[in-house]
Amino acid sequence: MEILDFAFMQRALLAAVLVGITAPAVGIYLVQRRQALMGDGIGHVAMTGVGLGFLLTWSPVWMATLVSVLGAVFMELVRWYARTRGDIALAMLFYGGMAGGVMFINLAPGGSTTNLSSFLFGSLSTVSESDVTAICLLAAFVMLVTVGLRRQLFAVSQDEEFARVTGLPVRFLNLLTAITAAVTVSVAMRVVGLLLVSALMVVPVAAAQQLTRSFAATFAIAVAIGVSVTIGGTVTSYYQDVPPGATIVLLTIGAFIALTALAAPLARRRARTLAAAHPGGDPAECAIPAGRTAGDEVGA
Amino acid sequence: MTTEPVISLSGVRAELGSRPVLRGIDLTVRRGEVVALLGANGSGKSTAVRSVIGQVPVSAGGIELFGTPQRRFRDWARVGYVPQRTTAAGGVPATVTEVVSSGRLARTRFGVFRKADREAVRHALDLVGMTDRAKDSVDALSGGQHQRVLIARALAAAPELLIMDEPMAGVDLASQEVLAETLRHQVSEGATVLLVLHELGPLEPLIDRAVVLRDGCVAHDGPPPKAVGQHALPGHDHVHPHAPAGAGPMRTGLLS
Repeated sequence: MEILDFAFMQRALLAAVLVGITAPAVGIYLVQRRQALMGDGIGHVAMTGVGLGFLLTWSPVWMATLVSVLGAVFMELVRWYARTRGDIALAMLFYGGMAGGVMFINLAPGGSTTNLSSFLFGSLSTVSESDVTAICLLAAFVMLVTVGLRRQLFAVSQDEEFARVTGLPVRFLNLLTAITAAVTVSVAMRVVGLLLVSALMVVPVAAAQQLTRSFAATFAIAVAIGVSVTIGGTVTSYYQDVPPGATIVLLTIGAFIALTALAAPLARRRARTLAAAHPGGDPAECAIPAGRTAGDEVGA
Repeated sequence: MTTEPVISLSGVRAELGSRPVLRGIDLTVRRGEVVALLGANGSGKSTAVRSVIGQVPVSAGGIELFGTPQRRFRDWARVGYVPQRTTAAGGVPATVTEVVSSGRLARTRFGVFRKADREAVRHALDLVGMTDRAKDSVDALSGGQHQRVLIARALAAAPELLIMDEPMAGVDLASQEVLAETLRHQVSEGATVLLVLHELGPLEPLIDRAVVLRDGCVAHDGPPPKAVGQHALPGHDHVHPHAPAGAGPMRTGLLS
Protein backbone atom coordinates (compact mmCIF):
# COMPACT_ATOMS: atom_id res chain seq x y z
CA MET A 1 0.00 0.00 0.00
CA GLU A 2 2.07 2.91 -1.27
CA ILE A 3 -0.64 5.26 -0.04
CA LEU A 4 0.52 4.59 3.53
CA ASP A 5 4.12 5.54 2.75
CA PHE A 6 3.34 9.21 3.01
CA ALA A 7 3.17 10.68 6.48
CA PHE A 8 0.50 13.16 5.40
CA MET A 9 -1.69 10.33 4.13
CA GLN A 10 -1.25 8.38 7.38
CA ARG A 11 -2.43 11.44 9.27
CA ALA A 12 -5.25 12.02 6.81
CA LEU A 13 -6.49 8.43 7.07
CA LEU A 14 -6.35 8.45 10.87
CA ALA A 15 -8.34 11.68 10.91
CA ALA A 16 -10.78 10.23 8.38
CA VAL A 17 -11.44 7.12 10.50
CA LEU A 18 -12.03 9.21 13.61
CA VAL A 19 -14.42 11.46 11.71
CA GLY A 20 -16.21 8.42 10.30
CA ILE A 21 -16.79 7.13 13.84
CA THR A 22 -17.64 10.34 15.69
CA ALA A 23 -19.85 12.20 13.21
CA PRO A 24 -22.59 9.51 13.00
CA ALA A 25 -22.19 8.73 16.72
CA VAL A 26 -23.32 12.27 17.58
CA GLY A 27 -25.55 12.65 14.56
CA ILE A 28 -27.80 9.78 15.63
CA TYR A 29 -28.95 11.74 18.69
CA LEU A 30 -29.51 14.87 16.61
CA VAL A 31 -31.59 12.87 14.11
CA GLN A 32 -33.49 11.21 16.96
CA ARG A 33 -34.47 14.59 18.42
CA ARG A 34 -35.23 15.87 14.92
CA GLN A 35 -32.47 18.48 14.93
CA ALA A 36 -30.72 17.10 11.88
CA LEU A 37 -29.58 20.53 10.74
CA MET A 38 -27.95 21.49 14.01
CA GLY A 39 -24.54 20.31 12.79
CA ASP A 40 -24.88 22.62 9.81
CA GLY A 41 -25.53 25.59 12.10
CA ILE A 42 -22.55 24.75 14.29
CA GLY A 43 -20.42 24.45 11.15
CA HIS A 44 -21.28 28.02 10.22
CA VAL A 45 -20.44 29.28 13.69
CA ALA A 46 -17.13 27.41 13.68
CA MET A 47 -16.02 29.58 10.72
CA THR A 48 -15.62 32.49 13.12
CA GLY A 49 -13.33 30.29 15.20
CA VAL A 50 -11.20 29.43 12.18
CA GLY A 51 -10.99 33.13 11.28
CA LEU A 52 -10.01 34.05 14.83
CA GLY A 53 -7.41 31.30 14.82
CA PHE A 54 -5.74 32.87 11.78
CA LEU A 55 -6.05 36.39 13.20
CA LEU A 56 -4.54 35.46 16.58
CA THR A 57 -2.21 32.85 15.02
CA TRP A 58 -3.58 30.13 17.31
CA SER A 59 -4.49 26.66 16.20
CA PRO A 60 -7.63 26.99 14.04
CA VAL A 61 -8.84 23.55 15.27
CA TRP A 62 -8.81 24.52 18.95
CA MET A 63 -10.17 28.00 18.21
CA ALA A 64 -12.98 26.52 16.11
CA THR A 65 -13.73 24.09 18.96
CA LEU A 66 -13.95 26.93 21.46
CA VAL A 67 -16.17 29.15 19.31
CA SER A 68 -18.45 26.34 18.12
CA VAL A 69 -18.91 25.07 21.69
CA LEU A 70 -19.91 28.61 22.75
CA GLY A 71 -22.24 28.78 19.74
CA ALA A 72 -23.79 25.40 20.56
CA VAL A 73 -24.36 26.39 24.19
CA PHE A 74 -25.99 29.61 22.99
CA MET A 75 -28.26 27.63 20.62
CA GLU A 76 -29.31 25.36 23.46
CA LEU A 77 -30.07 28.41 25.65
CA VAL A 78 -32.14 29.89 22.83
CA ARG A 79 -34.06 26.63 22.64
CA TRP A 80 -34.96 26.89 26.35
CA TYR A 81 -35.84 30.52 26.67
CA ALA A 82 -37.07 31.78 23.31
CA ARG A 83 -39.08 28.93 21.87
CA THR A 84 -41.22 31.15 19.67
CA ARG A 85 -38.59 33.45 18.19
CA GLY A 86 -35.80 30.92 18.46
CA ASP A 87 -35.38 30.34 14.75
CA ILE A 88 -34.63 34.03 14.06
CA ALA A 89 -32.00 34.07 16.79
CA LEU A 90 -30.45 30.92 15.33
CA ALA A 91 -30.46 32.36 11.80
CA MET A 92 -28.57 35.41 13.07
CA LEU A 93 -26.09 33.19 14.87
CA PHE A 94 -25.42 31.15 11.71
CA TYR A 95 -24.98 34.07 9.35
CA GLY A 96 -23.09 36.10 11.95
CA GLY A 97 -20.74 33.15 12.41
CA MET A 98 -20.10 32.87 8.68
CA ALA A 99 -19.60 36.63 8.21
CA GLY A 100 -17.34 36.75 11.25
CA GLY A 101 -15.16 34.01 9.79
CA VAL A 102 -14.72 35.80 6.47
CA MET A 103 -14.05 39.12 8.21
CA PHE A 104 -11.45 37.81 10.68
CA ILE A 105 -9.53 35.86 8.08
CA ASN A 106 -9.28 38.93 5.86
CA LEU A 107 -8.02 40.98 8.81
CA ALA A 108 -5.37 38.37 9.58
CA PRO A 109 -1.87 39.28 8.36
CA GLY A 110 -1.48 37.83 4.88
CA GLY A 111 -4.87 36.15 5.18
CA SER A 112 -7.45 35.88 2.48
CA THR A 113 -10.60 33.85 1.93
CA THR A 114 -8.54 31.27 0.02
CA ASN A 115 -7.13 30.14 3.41
CA LEU A 116 -10.69 29.48 4.47
CA SER A 117 -11.57 27.17 1.61
CA SER A 118 -9.56 24.23 3.00
CA PHE A 119 -11.66 24.49 6.17
CA LEU A 120 -14.91 24.90 4.27
CA PHE A 121 -14.50 21.88 2.02
CA GLY A 122 -11.80 19.84 3.75
CA SER A 123 -8.23 19.25 2.73
CA LEU A 124 -6.29 16.14 3.61
CA SER A 125 -2.80 17.28 2.71
CA THR A 126 -2.96 20.10 5.25
CA VAL A 127 -3.70 17.93 8.31
CA SER A 128 -0.72 18.67 10.55
CA GLU A 129 0.80 16.71 13.47
CA SER A 130 -0.79 19.05 15.99
CA ASP A 131 -4.14 18.75 14.18
CA VAL A 132 -3.96 14.97 14.56
CA THR A 133 -3.28 15.28 18.29
CA ALA A 134 -6.23 17.64 18.67
CA ILE A 135 -8.50 15.40 16.57
CA CYS A 136 -7.58 12.31 18.65
CA LEU A 137 -8.28 14.05 21.95
CA LEU A 138 -11.58 15.51 20.73
CA ALA A 139 -12.68 12.22 19.20
CA ALA A 140 -11.97 10.42 22.48
CA PHE A 141 -14.24 12.91 24.28
CA VAL A 142 -17.01 12.42 21.70
CA MET A 143 -16.87 8.62 21.99
CA LEU A 144 -16.84 8.76 25.78
CA VAL A 145 -20.05 10.82 25.77
CA THR A 146 -21.94 9.14 22.94
CA VAL A 147 -21.21 5.56 24.04
CA GLY A 148 -20.86 6.03 27.80
CA LEU A 149 -24.08 8.00 28.19
CA ARG A 150 -26.02 6.27 25.42
CA ARG A 151 -28.96 5.24 27.61
CA GLN A 152 -29.38 8.71 29.06
CA LEU A 153 -28.98 10.45 25.70
CA PHE A 154 -31.39 7.97 24.11
CA ALA A 155 -34.03 8.66 26.77
CA VAL A 156 -33.68 12.44 26.48
CA SER A 157 -33.71 12.42 22.70
CA GLN A 158 -36.65 10.02 22.52
CA ASP A 159 -38.98 11.82 24.94
CA GLU A 160 -37.64 14.88 26.72
CA GLU A 161 -40.63 15.36 29.02
CA PHE A 162 -40.58 11.74 30.19
CA ALA A 163 -36.82 11.98 30.78
CA ARG A 164 -37.37 15.03 33.00
CA VAL A 165 -40.00 13.16 35.02
CA THR A 166 -37.65 10.21 35.57
CA GLY A 167 -35.28 12.71 37.18
CA LEU A 168 -32.59 12.73 34.49
CA PRO A 169 -30.55 15.97 34.34
CA VAL A 170 -32.14 16.89 31.01
CA ARG A 171 -30.68 20.39 30.70
CA PHE A 172 -27.19 19.08 31.38
CA LEU A 173 -27.62 16.25 28.87
CA ASN A 174 -28.95 18.64 26.22
CA LEU A 175 -26.00 20.95 26.76
CA LEU A 176 -23.64 17.99 26.62
CA THR A 177 -25.19 16.85 23.31
CA ALA A 178 -24.79 20.35 21.87
CA ILE A 179 -21.18 20.60 23.07
CA THR A 180 -20.37 17.13 21.75
CA ALA A 181 -21.85 18.05 18.36
CA ALA A 182 -19.73 21.21 18.33
CA VAL A 183 -16.60 19.22 19.17
CA THR A 184 -17.42 16.78 16.38
CA VAL A 185 -17.66 19.64 13.90
CA SER A 186 -14.12 20.64 14.82
CA VAL A 187 -12.94 17.03 14.50
CA ALA A 188 -14.50 16.73 11.06
CA MET A 189 -13.74 20.10 9.53
CA ARG A 190 -10.22 19.15 8.42
CA VAL A 191 -11.48 16.11 6.54
CA VAL A 192 -14.94 16.94 5.16
CA GLY A 193 -15.01 20.70 5.73
CA LEU A 194 -17.36 22.86 7.74
CA LEU A 195 -20.02 23.13 5.07
CA LEU A 196 -20.30 19.37 4.61
CA VAL A 197 -19.88 18.23 8.23
CA SER A 198 -23.59 17.94 8.83
CA ALA A 199 -23.97 15.47 5.94
CA LEU A 200 -21.66 13.01 7.66
CA MET A 201 -23.62 13.36 10.90
CA VAL A 202 -27.02 12.80 9.32
CA VAL A 203 -26.78 10.76 6.11
CA PRO A 204 -25.10 7.61 7.54
CA VAL A 205 -27.84 7.51 10.20
CA ALA A 206 -30.55 7.93 7.60
CA ALA A 207 -28.94 5.20 5.48
CA ALA A 208 -28.62 2.78 8.42
CA GLN A 209 -32.29 3.33 9.34
CA GLN A 210 -33.30 1.77 6.06
CA LEU A 211 -32.17 -1.59 7.38
CA THR A 212 -32.68 -1.47 11.13
CA ARG A 213 -35.37 -1.80 13.75
CA SER A 214 -33.34 -0.98 16.85
CA PHE A 215 -31.40 2.04 18.01
CA ALA A 216 -28.33 -0.05 18.87
CA ALA A 217 -28.17 -1.56 15.37
CA THR A 218 -28.73 1.85 13.78
CA PHE A 219 -25.82 3.24 15.81
CA ALA A 220 -23.48 0.39 14.81
CA ILE A 221 -24.39 0.41 11.11
CA ALA A 222 -24.25 4.23 10.89
CA VAL A 223 -20.72 4.20 12.33
CA ALA A 224 -19.73 1.38 9.97
CA ILE A 225 -21.04 3.39 7.01
CA GLY A 226 -19.29 6.50 8.32
CA VAL A 227 -15.91 4.75 8.55
CA SER A 228 -16.30 3.09 5.13
CA VAL A 229 -17.13 6.31 3.31
CA THR A 230 -14.47 8.41 5.01
CA ILE A 231 -11.77 5.84 4.23
CA GLY A 232 -13.17 5.31 0.72
CA GLY A 233 -13.38 9.04 0.08
CA THR A 234 -9.90 9.72 1.39
CA VAL A 235 -8.32 7.00 -0.73
CA THR A 236 -10.28 8.09 -3.81
CA SER A 237 -9.26 11.70 -3.37
CA TYR A 238 -5.62 10.62 -3.14
CA TYR A 239 -5.68 8.64 -6.39
CA GLN A 240 -8.07 10.76 -8.42
CA ASP A 241 -7.06 14.19 -7.10
CA VAL A 242 -10.63 15.15 -6.22
CA PRO A 243 -11.69 17.12 -3.11
CA PRO A 244 -12.06 14.69 -0.16
CA GLY A 245 -15.06 16.36 1.51
CA ALA A 246 -17.21 16.27 -1.61
CA THR A 247 -16.11 12.70 -2.41
CA ILE A 248 -17.00 11.49 1.08
CA VAL A 249 -20.41 13.16 1.07
CA LEU A 250 -21.30 11.87 -2.40
CA LEU A 251 -20.25 8.35 -1.35
CA THR A 252 -22.46 8.65 1.75
CA ILE A 253 -25.45 9.69 -0.32
CA GLY A 254 -24.67 6.82 -2.70
CA ALA A 255 -24.71 4.44 0.28
CA PHE A 256 -28.07 5.88 1.34
CA ILE A 257 -29.58 5.32 -2.10
CA ALA A 258 -28.14 1.79 -2.37
CA LEU A 259 -29.44 0.79 1.06
CA THR A 260 -32.86 2.31 0.36
CA ALA A 261 -33.13 0.22 -2.79
CA LEU A 262 -31.98 -2.84 -0.86
CA ALA A 263 -34.39 -2.17 2.00
CA ALA A 264 -37.64 -2.30 0.05
CA PRO A 265 -37.63 -6.08 -0.54
CA LEU A 266 -36.29 -6.57 3.00
CA ALA A 267 -39.21 -4.61 4.45
CA ARG A 268 -41.70 -6.66 2.45
CA ARG A 269 -40.18 -9.89 3.72
CA ARG A 270 -40.21 -8.58 7.28
CA ALA A 271 -43.88 -7.61 6.99
CA ARG A 272 -44.71 -11.12 5.77
CA THR A 273 -42.82 -12.69 8.68
CA LEU A 274 -44.63 -10.37 11.10
CA ALA A 275 -48.01 -11.22 9.62
CA ALA A 276 -47.20 -14.91 9.90
CA ALA A 277 -46.06 -14.51 13.51
CA HIS A 278 -49.17 -12.60 14.59
CA PRO A 279 -52.05 -14.13 12.68
CA GLY A 280 -55.24 -12.11 12.95
CA GLY A 281 -53.28 -9.38 14.80
CA ASP A 282 -53.02 -5.72 14.09
CA PRO A 283 -54.60 -4.82 10.79
CA ALA A 284 -58.12 -4.64 12.16
CA GLU A 285 -57.41 -1.74 14.49
CA CYS A 286 -57.24 1.95 13.80
CA ALA A 287 -54.33 4.02 15.10
CA ILE A 288 -56.15 7.35 14.77
CA PRO A 289 -57.73 8.39 18.08
CA ALA A 290 -61.49 8.29 17.70
CA GLY A 291 -61.92 11.70 19.34
CA ARG A 292 -59.52 13.53 17.05
CA THR A 293 -61.20 13.44 13.68
CA ALA A 294 -62.72 16.50 12.11
CA GLY A 295 -66.04 14.81 11.51
CA ASP A 296 -66.63 14.27 15.20
CA GLU A 297 -66.33 17.97 15.99
CA VAL A 298 -69.31 18.58 13.79
CA GLY A 299 -71.30 15.92 15.58
CA ALA A 300 -70.61 17.27 19.08
CA MET B 1 -55.70 1.62 53.43
CA THR B 2 -53.69 4.33 55.15
CA THR B 3 -54.54 7.97 54.63
CA GLU B 4 -51.08 9.30 53.88
CA PRO B 5 -51.40 11.77 50.99
CA VAL B 6 -49.26 10.88 47.99
CA ILE B 7 -50.25 13.90 45.93
CA SER B 8 -51.47 17.07 47.53
CA LEU B 9 -52.35 20.23 45.63
CA SER B 10 -53.62 23.31 47.45
CA GLY B 11 -54.80 26.45 45.71
CA VAL B 12 -52.74 25.69 42.60
CA ARG B 13 -52.91 28.32 39.88
CA ALA B 14 -51.22 28.13 36.50
CA GLU B 15 -51.24 30.20 33.35
CA LEU B 16 -50.39 29.24 29.81
CA GLY B 17 -49.31 32.46 28.16
CA SER B 18 -51.57 34.97 29.92
CA ARG B 19 -54.62 32.70 29.99
CA PRO B 20 -55.38 31.22 33.41
CA VAL B 21 -55.74 27.46 33.02
CA LEU B 22 -55.86 26.43 36.69
CA ARG B 23 -57.65 28.83 39.00
CA GLY B 24 -57.02 27.49 42.47
CA ILE B 25 -57.17 23.69 42.47
CA ASP B 26 -57.27 21.59 45.63
CA LEU B 27 -56.66 17.91 45.11
CA THR B 28 -55.46 15.17 47.41
CA VAL B 29 -54.69 11.62 46.34
CA ARG B 30 -54.05 9.23 49.21
CA ARG B 31 -51.98 6.06 49.20
CA GLY B 32 -53.73 3.23 47.37
CA GLU B 33 -56.39 5.45 45.83
CA VAL B 34 -57.32 5.46 42.16
CA VAL B 35 -58.46 8.94 41.22
CA ALA B 36 -59.78 9.92 37.81
CA LEU B 37 -59.51 13.50 36.64
CA LEU B 38 -62.40 14.24 34.32
CA GLY B 39 -63.52 17.29 32.40
CA ALA B 40 -64.11 18.77 28.97
CA ASN B 41 -61.32 19.70 26.57
CA GLY B 42 -59.63 22.84 27.90
CA SER B 43 -60.88 22.33 31.47
CA GLY B 44 -57.29 22.03 32.71
CA LYS B 45 -57.03 18.28 33.40
CA SER B 46 -53.78 17.78 31.51
CA THR B 47 -52.31 20.99 32.93
CA ALA B 48 -53.22 19.79 36.42
CA VAL B 49 -51.36 16.48 36.10
CA ARG B 50 -48.46 18.14 34.34
CA SER B 51 -48.18 20.62 37.22
CA VAL B 52 -47.94 17.66 39.61
CA ILE B 53 -44.86 16.35 37.82
CA GLY B 54 -43.33 19.81 37.48
CA GLN B 55 -43.80 20.21 33.75
CA VAL B 56 -46.02 23.29 34.03
CA PRO B 57 -44.87 26.31 36.05
CA VAL B 58 -47.28 27.08 38.87
CA SER B 59 -47.96 30.73 39.70
CA ALA B 60 -49.51 30.18 43.13
CA GLY B 61 -50.35 27.40 45.54
CA GLY B 62 -48.48 24.39 46.84
CA ILE B 63 -47.79 20.92 45.46
CA GLU B 64 -46.49 18.05 47.58
CA LEU B 65 -45.43 14.59 46.45
CA PHE B 66 -45.12 11.91 49.14
CA GLY B 67 -45.20 14.70 51.71
CA THR B 68 -42.25 16.59 50.18
CA PRO B 69 -42.71 19.97 48.50
CA GLN B 70 -42.43 19.23 44.79
CA ARG B 71 -39.52 21.67 44.30
CA ARG B 72 -37.41 19.63 46.68
CA PHE B 73 -38.73 16.23 45.53
CA ARG B 74 -35.93 14.15 43.96
CA ASP B 75 -37.16 10.60 44.32
CA TRP B 76 -38.65 10.44 40.82
CA ALA B 77 -38.22 6.68 40.56
CA ARG B 78 -41.29 6.44 42.82
CA VAL B 79 -43.38 8.16 40.14
CA GLY B 80 -44.33 6.51 36.85
CA TYR B 81 -45.56 8.93 34.22
CA VAL B 82 -47.47 8.02 31.06
CA PRO B 83 -47.70 11.09 28.82
CA GLN B 84 -50.55 11.74 26.44
CA ARG B 85 -48.98 10.67 23.21
CA THR B 86 -50.16 8.89 20.14
CA THR B 87 -46.70 7.57 19.39
CA ALA B 88 -43.58 6.38 21.17
CA ALA B 89 -41.41 6.78 18.08
CA GLY B 90 -38.51 9.24 17.71
CA GLY B 91 -36.48 10.17 14.65
CA VAL B 92 -34.46 6.93 14.78
CA PRO B 93 -35.85 3.38 14.93
CA ALA B 94 -36.01 1.94 18.42
CA THR B 95 -37.25 -1.40 19.68
CA VAL B 96 -39.96 -1.84 22.27
CA THR B 97 -37.32 -3.03 24.75
CA GLU B 98 -35.13 0.02 24.13
CA VAL B 99 -38.01 2.42 24.76
CA VAL B 100 -39.18 0.57 27.88
CA SER B 101 -35.59 0.41 29.19
CA SER B 102 -35.42 4.20 29.35
CA GLY B 103 -38.10 4.01 32.05
CA ARG B 104 -35.72 1.96 34.20
CA LEU B 105 -32.93 4.57 34.18
CA ALA B 106 -34.25 6.19 37.36
CA ARG B 107 -33.43 2.99 39.26
CA THR B 108 -29.91 2.59 37.87
CA ARG B 109 -26.59 4.09 38.85
CA PHE B 110 -25.23 6.19 35.96
CA GLY B 111 -27.40 4.26 33.54
CA VAL B 112 -25.56 0.94 33.97
CA PHE B 113 -28.04 -1.92 33.55
CA ARG B 114 -27.69 -4.94 35.79
CA LYS B 115 -29.48 -8.26 35.61
CA ALA B 116 -32.27 -7.02 37.89
CA ASP B 117 -32.85 -4.03 35.60
CA ARG B 118 -33.16 -6.18 32.50
CA GLU B 119 -35.49 -8.45 34.46
CA ALA B 120 -37.63 -5.46 35.47
CA VAL B 121 -37.92 -4.37 31.84
CA ARG B 122 -39.00 -7.89 30.82
CA HIS B 123 -41.54 -7.95 33.65
CA ALA B 124 -42.98 -4.58 32.62
CA LEU B 125 -43.38 -5.85 29.03
CA ASP B 126 -45.05 -8.96 30.37
CA LEU B 127 -47.51 -6.87 32.40
CA VAL B 128 -48.80 -5.12 29.28
CA GLY B 129 -48.71 -8.28 27.17
CA MET B 130 -46.00 -7.07 24.79
CA THR B 131 -43.34 -9.68 25.44
CA ASP B 132 -43.69 -11.15 21.96
CA ARG B 133 -43.10 -7.70 20.43
CA ALA B 134 -40.01 -6.88 22.53
CA LYS B 135 -37.62 -6.86 19.57
CA ASP B 136 -39.97 -5.10 17.15
CA SER B 137 -39.57 -1.46 16.21
CA VAL B 138 -42.06 0.86 17.91
CA ASP B 139 -42.75 2.27 14.44
CA ALA B 140 -44.50 -1.00 13.58
CA LEU B 141 -47.02 -0.78 16.44
CA SER B 142 -50.65 0.28 16.48
CA GLY B 143 -51.94 3.14 18.63
CA GLY B 144 -53.04 0.79 21.38
CA GLN B 145 -49.73 -1.07 21.38
CA HIS B 146 -47.85 2.26 21.56
CA GLN B 147 -49.83 3.12 24.64
CA ARG B 148 -49.03 -0.26 26.17
CA VAL B 149 -45.32 0.39 25.53
CA LEU B 150 -45.54 3.81 27.20
CA ILE B 151 -47.23 2.24 30.21
CA ALA B 152 -44.60 -0.50 30.38
CA ARG B 153 -41.96 2.23 30.29
CA ALA B 154 -43.56 3.86 33.33
CA LEU B 155 -43.87 0.50 35.12
CA ALA B 156 -40.24 -0.49 34.49
CA ALA B 157 -39.08 1.54 37.50
CA ALA B 158 -41.70 -0.20 39.69
CA PRO B 159 -43.28 3.11 40.77
CA GLU B 160 -45.55 3.57 43.80
CA LEU B 161 -47.50 6.32 42.06
CA LEU B 162 -48.73 6.12 38.48
CA ILE B 163 -49.74 9.31 36.69
CA MET B 164 -51.42 8.74 33.35
CA ASP B 165 -52.63 11.36 30.88
CA GLU B 166 -55.50 9.94 28.82
CA PRO B 167 -54.17 6.39 28.66
CA MET B 168 -57.22 5.24 26.71
CA ALA B 169 -57.10 7.88 23.95
CA GLY B 170 -56.76 6.24 20.57
CA VAL B 171 -56.59 2.74 22.06
CA ASP B 172 -58.40 -0.18 20.45
CA LEU B 173 -60.75 -2.29 22.52
CA ALA B 174 -58.37 -5.23 22.94
CA SER B 175 -55.64 -2.95 24.25
CA GLN B 176 -58.14 -1.14 26.52
CA GLU B 177 -58.88 -4.44 28.21
CA VAL B 178 -55.18 -5.25 28.59
CA LEU B 179 -54.59 -1.80 30.07
CA ALA B 180 -57.49 -2.13 32.48
CA GLU B 181 -56.13 -5.51 33.57
CA THR B 182 -52.61 -4.05 33.98
CA LEU B 183 -53.98 -1.23 36.09
CA ARG B 184 -56.03 -3.65 38.20
CA HIS B 185 -52.86 -5.62 38.88
CA GLN B 186 -50.96 -2.46 39.87
CA VAL B 187 -53.76 -1.35 42.19
CA SER B 188 -53.91 -4.77 43.82
CA GLU B 189 -50.16 -4.48 44.48
CA GLY B 190 -50.83 -1.21 46.31
CA ALA B 191 -50.07 1.39 43.63
CA THR B 192 -51.62 4.84 43.83
CA VAL B 193 -53.03 6.08 40.53
CA LEU B 194 -53.99 9.49 39.19
CA LEU B 195 -55.31 9.39 35.65
CA VAL B 196 -56.78 11.89 33.27
CA LEU B 197 -59.74 10.42 31.45
CA HIS B 198 -62.21 11.58 28.89
CA GLU B 199 -64.68 8.89 29.92
CA LEU B 200 -64.58 6.24 32.60
CA GLY B 201 -65.02 3.39 30.13
CA PRO B 202 -63.57 -0.03 31.05
CA LEU B 203 -61.65 1.50 33.97
CA GLU B 204 -64.83 2.48 35.81
CA PRO B 205 -64.84 -0.42 38.32
CA LEU B 206 -61.29 0.47 39.40
CA ILE B 207 -61.91 4.11 40.16
CA ASP B 208 -62.40 5.12 43.80
CA ARG B 209 -62.96 8.79 43.26
CA ALA B 210 -63.55 11.18 40.38
CA VAL B 211 -62.50 14.80 40.31
CA VAL B 212 -64.23 16.82 37.64
CA LEU B 213 -62.61 20.04 36.44
CA ARG B 214 -64.43 22.83 34.71
CA ASP B 215 -62.69 26.02 33.51
CA GLY B 216 -59.72 25.39 35.80
CA CYS B 217 -61.76 24.80 38.96
CA VAL B 218 -62.80 21.62 40.74
CA ALA B 219 -66.50 21.14 39.99
CA HIS B 220 -66.94 17.74 41.64
CA ASP B 221 -64.87 15.60 43.97
CA GLY B 222 -66.42 12.36 45.07
CA PRO B 223 -67.59 8.99 43.89
CA PRO B 224 -67.37 8.54 40.14
CA PRO B 225 -70.50 9.76 38.36
CA LYS B 226 -72.54 6.69 37.45
CA ALA B 227 -73.27 6.42 33.80
CA VAL B 228 -76.43 4.48 33.01
CA GLY B 229 -78.24 3.46 29.86
CA GLN B 230 -77.54 5.77 26.96
CA HIS B 231 -75.24 7.85 29.17
CA ALA B 232 -72.84 4.94 29.40
CA LEU B 233 -72.20 4.96 25.67
CA PRO B 234 -68.88 6.46 24.69
CA GLY B 235 -69.35 9.85 23.12
CA HIS B 236 -72.44 10.72 25.06
CA ASP B 237 -72.67 14.33 26.30
CA HIS B 238 -72.91 13.62 29.95
CA VAL B 239 -74.95 16.11 32.00
CA HIS B 240 -73.42 15.99 35.43
CA PRO B 241 -75.83 16.00 38.40
CA HIS B 242 -73.67 18.46 40.32
CA ALA B 243 -73.62 21.00 37.53
CA PRO B 244 -75.65 24.10 38.32
CA ALA B 245 -78.75 24.53 36.20
CA GLY B 246 -78.04 26.25 32.92
CA ALA B 247 -74.32 25.48 33.05
CA GLY B 248 -74.68 23.47 29.88
CA PRO B 249 -73.79 19.85 29.29
CA MET B 250 -70.55 18.59 30.72
CA ARG B 251 -68.79 16.75 28.01
CA THR B 252 -67.02 13.69 29.20
CA GLY B 253 -67.53 11.59 26.11
CA LEU B 254 -64.70 10.69 23.81
CA LEU B 255 -66.46 12.07 20.82
CA SER B 256 -67.45 15.46 22.19
